[in-house]
Amino acid sequence: MKLFGIKIPMMASLIFWAILWEIAGQLDVSILLPPFSSIIMRMVEIIPTQTFFKAFLITAECFLLGTGIAIVLGIPIGVLMGRSIVADRMLLPWVNMFLSAPLTALVPVLMTLFGFGMKTIILTTVLFAIWIIVLDARAGVKNITPSLVDMAKSFQASHWQAFTKIYVWAALPEILAGIRLGCIRSVKGVIIGQLLVSVVGFGRLFELYSANFLMEHMWALLFFLFFFAFLIAEGLGVLERRFEYYAAARH
Amino acid sequence: MSNSSAAVSRAASSIAVEVEKVSKIYPGGVEALNDMTIQFPKGELTSLLGPSGCGKTTLLKIIAGLLPATSGRVTVNGVEVTGPGEERAFVFQDFALMPWATVLRNAAFGLELRGVAKSERHAIAEKYIEAVGLKGCEKLYPHELSGGMRQRVGLARALAVDAEVLLMDEPFSAVDEQTRRKFQEDLLDVIKHEGKTFIFVTHSIEEAVYVSHSIALLLPRPSRVSEIIRPDIDRDISPDAIRRDPVYLDIVERIWKGLRTYVE
Repeated sequence: MKLFGIKIPMMASLIFWAILWEIAGQLDVSILLPPFSSIIMRMVEIIPTQTFFKAFLITAECFLLGTGIAIVLGIPIGVLMGRSIVADRMLLPWVNMFLSAPLTALVPVLMTLFGFGMKTIILTTVLFAIWIIVLDARAGVKNITPSLVDMAKSFQASHWQAFTKIYVWAALPEILAGIRLGCIRSVKGVIIGQLLVSVVGFGRLFELYSANFLMEHMWALLFFLFFFAFLIAEGLGVLERRFEYYAAARH
Repeated sequence: MSNSSAAVSRAASSIAVEVEKVSKIYPGGVEALNDMTIQFPKGELTSLLGPSGCGKTTLLKIIAGLLPATSGRVTVNGVEVTGPGEERAFVFQDFALMPWATVLRNAAFGLELRGVAKSERHAIAEKYIEAVGLKGCEKLYPHELSGGMRQRVGLARALAVDAEVLLMDEPFSAVDEQTRRKFQEDLLDVIKHEGKTFIFVTHSIEEAVYVSHSIALLLPRPSRVSEIIRPDIDRDISPDAIRRDPVYLDIVERIWKGLRTYVE
């Protein structure tokens, strides 16, 4: 971007908003908006603490387990739906419904079933992530060149061989896109789950900070989470681009 | 083995694939094959030649066991076909190579599916990669190869499983003309050395006459074998001499006369 003939670097707008924020904070516009600099100071202060680290560990554990389960279940279900018309007819309406459903409303139900603990949070994460993974794997498998399927058949591949040696690889670009989108949804799931359960992990911290009007702490935590979600999405994006040549080369 | 069973097996041995009264009606009512009967002699290349819509690819896929016949039966060496089998290998029109695998792994893939150990299957695949003229390309990926080279990989993969019957579905139609000629010449070598039965689908009259021991001329609506032609060409003369051979040119002309009424 160029402004008045001067080349402006990509991240410049972030600095602009940070300065604006700082001014508003220093002017004491609202108690909800502490100065940007003190939020950063607060981040430096709370991130190395035990409480924060523990909350982070619990969140990471729920995120990894939830996403892992969603991937391990989602890909085979998606592949099955892509290959079998019966399975597709049976499952597609449900997958589409859950994909667009306000899953947050389900969390209280999960809480009554599984209690106020990690189980509920992990399950929420799975529910947020799995549907897009299923749909993308399904789309990928539906796009496989028919002759590649015939090839596997003509050499008498078993279902398991066809799944592990052909379908997953041929659908890899779509599957990776599904995993990336699933991870982004997982981050949402793990945070929403914790907020609603609110006795473990970052959910407990949020509850603590907001109940005591610790706005700097609150923002510090939010920034940390935003940054983290961004890192995960970007990291997977890089991985996905490395496999992109498949998509061009497979037809 | 008793004498009588030896006699039976000798009598059956001249025919590799037998198609008896096979019909195929696709869901939706399209009739691709109607009561087709044809025999494919062992150790020879038989072409299925005909205009589009005559059901030649359908017939090939039924022989391969990739499509079920609506009625009738196909036998390979006297055994009825119920699905794909080890004694048949397929060469695909669009090559059907795995873009994520090297030439070596692609060529060895049929053996990989059969559980042959890695070093053994790679040794076999290397041998056939060399036989189809791709020595030195083992580590390349399909997208680094030209269309003709890709189909050579497809052929190496089919040869590597050592099937008796090779089913080729318009293998050269996605390959440019110059490459195609060279490939046809090389195919004649492979036929001579491998001693396998080839069933070859094509819509090119010249190609059929050039590579085949016999040509089954298929006509559409209703699909039927209208004629079986055995081009009596001396295959020991040079490829260029074959293409200028009067016998070769006469047969091409004769087939074209038979087919032209079906081409609008």
